[in-house]
Amino acid sequence: MSLDTRDTDPRPGTGPERHTRELVRLEQVSKRFGDRTVLDRLDFSVDAGKHVTLIGPSGSGKTTILRLLMTLAKPDEGTITVDGRTLYPAPEKQVREIRKNIGMVFQQFNLFPNMSVLRNITEAPVTVLGMSKDAAEERARELLELVGLSEHLDKRPGQLSGGQQQRVAIARALAMRPQVLLLDEVTSALDPELVAGVLDVLRDIARSTDITMLCVTHEMNFARDISDQVLMFDSGRVIEAGPPEKIFSDPEHDRTREFLSAVL
Amino acid sequence: MNWDWNAVADFMPHFWDGLLVTLEILVLGSLISFVLGLVWALLSRLPSRWVRWPVGAVTEFVRNTPLLVQLFFLFYVLPEWGLTFSALTTGVIGIGLHYSTYTMQVYRAGIEAVPAGQWEAATALNLPRLRTWTAVILPQAVRRVVPALGNYVISMLKDTPLLMAITVLEMLGEARLFSQQNFHFTEPLTVIGVAFVVISYLASLLLRTLERRLVP
Repeated sequence: MSLDTRDTDPRPGTGPERHTRELVRLEQVSKRFGDRTVLDRLDFSVDAGKHVTLIGPSGSGKTTILRLLMTLAKPDEGTITVDGRTLYPAPEKQVREIRKNIGMVFQQFNLFPNMSVLRNITEAPVTVLGMSKDAAEERARELLELVGLSEHLDKRPGQLSGGQQQRVAIARALAMRPQVLLLDEVTSALDPELVAGVLDVLRDIARSTDITMLCVTHEMNFARDISDQVLMFDSGRVIEAGPPEKIFSDPEHDRTREFLSAVL
Repeated sequence: MNWDWNAVADFMPHFWDGLLVTLEILVLGSLISFVLGLVWALLSRLPSRWVRWPVGAVTEFVRNTPLLVQLFFLFYVLPEWGLTFSALTTGVIGIGLHYSTYTMQVYRAGIEAVPAGQWEAATALNLPRLRTWTAVILPQAVRRVVPALGNYVISMLKDTPLLMAITVLEMLGEARLFSQQNFHFTEPLTVIGVAFVVISYLASLLLRTLERRLVP
């Protein structure tokens, strides 16, 4: 099954060449944990600049896809390419090179507790991209302003609320200027009143940048807002794909309907 | 039992000499055990079994043989191989090496206690392996293990008299020498007993301060 987004929703302001360039491709990817098959010969691709949301019951393999793309796990079979270059299988050096283009925000934030907020953001640009400390800090300040945390740059992550930590984590990922941003249930660990702030920041980024987003979420309203395409997963396969209006109001598959009625 | 303050006064110059040596052993021995233990812990995490296996064998061996035996070995056998150090140097190396096999376990636990998410975030940011260790993992691991390391320092303090067996004149050595020459046993042994308690107490105070600073 190929899930190109080629013919759907050409967003205004993006040239035809831009929005049809395929950025991420998974081919015949399988992943097993012991006897359990989490992904089953999955084919799937995402075009540059698109926002794709993965929905489905827990254990259906959504998070695993993000982890494979971030090289936090390896597929058992299949190939993964990013911007035409092979991420898996590939030698370590090539992996490092391609991985520069991918950023990830985690459910548990995973900020470095031993560093200030500012240094959490500048650490990788300085050591990986070779940016000067000054340039990295300037960029970090801009990003902290974008996520509304300018006044907290000298604090430690432990002094911030969960929602603030997650916004720092978003800034940290963006500081690397990735082409693809992977968002793994970024609001699931937050107290309900803190969710909106994080989602607002992400909406902002989705609107104002041409970054490609791959998003696993249980926030269906958010998915409806930002997505160009929604993929419904079940048991390691994509059972339905389409623009959010279609998936959320008129799903074709029974499983999708069941799932949506359970979460909405 | 007669308590003779004059004997105490006579012993004091020797006591200060011994105290200095004991502290020297403790400080240098601790430093060796802190550094070497970390080296063992890191080597035992390398992917190559050609490193891990020998490191595991050596450290198990050292941990499971008595310190006294090791001190004798270093002091009497190494010179036969052409390696001769002063008694104090031998003792410091011996006690530091012995304790490094314990601190290694402490570091290992500390490293394993750093959440997997920290490694994942470092990967996601494409941080090089070495940088991940030095900037992310070790600062968090070391902070966690300070209390446990401190307990080994106090434990080491109580093992310093073993160095007497290889002729190092630390506190107990001085006390024994004094006793044999002056036939006063109670006074010098009491004085050094008190000194051990005081050093332990001060060390634990220092430790608690460090802990409050380091452990969030």
